[in-house]
Amino acid sequence: MSISPLKEARRAPGSEWLKNHPRFLEQTYLISKRFIAKTYPWMRKLSPRIANKLMVRSEEVLKGWAFNCQMCGQCVLHSTGMTCPMNCPKNLRNGPCGGVRHNGNCEVVPDMPCVWVQAWERSQHMTVYVNDIQTLQPPVNRSLQGTSSWANMLDGKDMQTPKGWG
Amino acid sequence: MDLVSNSRLERVLKSGRFAVTAELDAPDSANPDDVYKNALVLSEVCDAINATDAAGANCHMSSMGCCALLTRAGYEPILQVGCRDRNRIAIQGDLLGAAAMGVNTVLCITGDDVSNGDQPEAKRVFDFDSIQLLQVVRTMRDKGVLLSGRKLSTKPRFFIGAVENPFAPPYDWRPLRLAKKAQAGAEFIQTQYCFDMPRFKQFMQRVCDLGLDKRVYILAGVGPLRSFKGAEFMRDRVPGVWIPDDLMRRMEKTPKNKQTAEGKQICIEIIQQVREIAGVAGVHVMAYRQEEMVADIIQKAGLLPRKINQN
Repeated sequence: MSISPLKEARRAPGSEWLKNHPRFLEQTYLISKRFIAKTYPWMRKLSPRIANKLMVRSEEVLKGWAFNCQMCGQCVLHSTGMTCPMNCPKNLRNGPCGGVRHNGNCEVVPDMPCVWVQAWERSQHMTVYVNDIQTLQPPVNRSLQGTSSWANMLDGKDMQTPKGWG
Repeated sequence: MDLVSNSRLERVLKSGRFAVTAELDAPDSANPDDVYKNALVLSEVCDAINATDAAGANCHMSSMGCCALLTRAGYEPILQVGCRDRNRIAIQGDLLGAAAMGVNTVLCITGDDVSNGDQPEAKRVFDFDSIQLLQVVRTMRDKGVLLSGRKLSTKPRFFIGAVENPFAPPYDWRPLRLAKKAQAGAEFIQTQYCFDMPRFKQFMQRVCDLGLDKRVYILAGVGPLRSFKGAEFMRDRVPGVWIPDDLMRRMEKTPKNKQTAEGKQICIEIIQQVREIAGVAGVHVMAYRQEEMVADIIQKAGLLPRKINQN
């Protein structure tokens, strides 16, 4: 376990084991996506405020435990081998930097495996999203920090890119 | 020739000649002569000079500052743009300023982490990653717009480069990541220091299989080892540099007073080896604080003269 003070380096007990089962997580993602797409519009009709709070809180707790989620609000986990790229101390979204150590550990946190080395290995075990790691991820919309990526996905907010992007 | 910029490096590469670039060490000084002194030696032996952007996260004169001085004196600099220190607003503004000053070539990099530098207390920015930066630079050039979509009245004409490290894990992803960089806009690539030839050959083989050597020009990074101690330091402390055991042993066996010469000899041999590898379009010579040696290496490796008509 890492003793680095960086929030990116935190790993909850059991979460690494879970992430080493990317195919299971991939299926869980597909199921929850369908479930939330059905329930969230109803929740929002009842009370937008509570619905939003519930989403944010559940992401904070569940994804926080499993993925050390940093609440960027534009989740790309399924494209990155179910390994959160915001756990990379450089917040890289498109792959590893050139500083990865010979043993596969992070340049910044020497006793932490490089997030992208893990992401690559795990992505190769996935079936549905195996090639998504080659997708070019746009710059992070920093104004979505702290919001629910599930809600943003349903609103299409997470896919919006600036006009001058490509 | 179909040229996208006024870059001399672009002309050399597109005319099929073997390119040579070298790294200028930005001074810890406010004196322009310190830049010119280093540049003078390099300009005779290379096609373009990389102005580093706080390499190793150590604070030096900025890449912008060095490039401003170099273009003023008629040199051909490569502006290195790192993602570590500036957010998207600053980066795009700097790119326009650089283009206005006559910078023709940019190199988009992630940047070494602040923890390795002289001011590890600094805030990491990393607003872009290097691949996003590549696409933004290309869009500015080709479509003439900022990331926001706002129009530029004059487009910056850049030859766009990126870096790759074939010697860092995950090895089997590196060529595919290079493909991503090419897709985002990279037109030439400078690699990390090549010491591990079998690994580099394997990497280049895969690159050629993917047809990437036709889409980007690849310049192999090379540089001399100063001593056995220096080699140990580079391997263990400089992020992303790997020196295989046989080279380490070769340095260790050499008497101390001959180690610098041996390091230089190794560098020349590596240049000669990479020239033979399919898909390698040039070399990028890096030698921290040893500009004189760079000139000697390039000459001994048989890469001179480097005259090309400037327009």
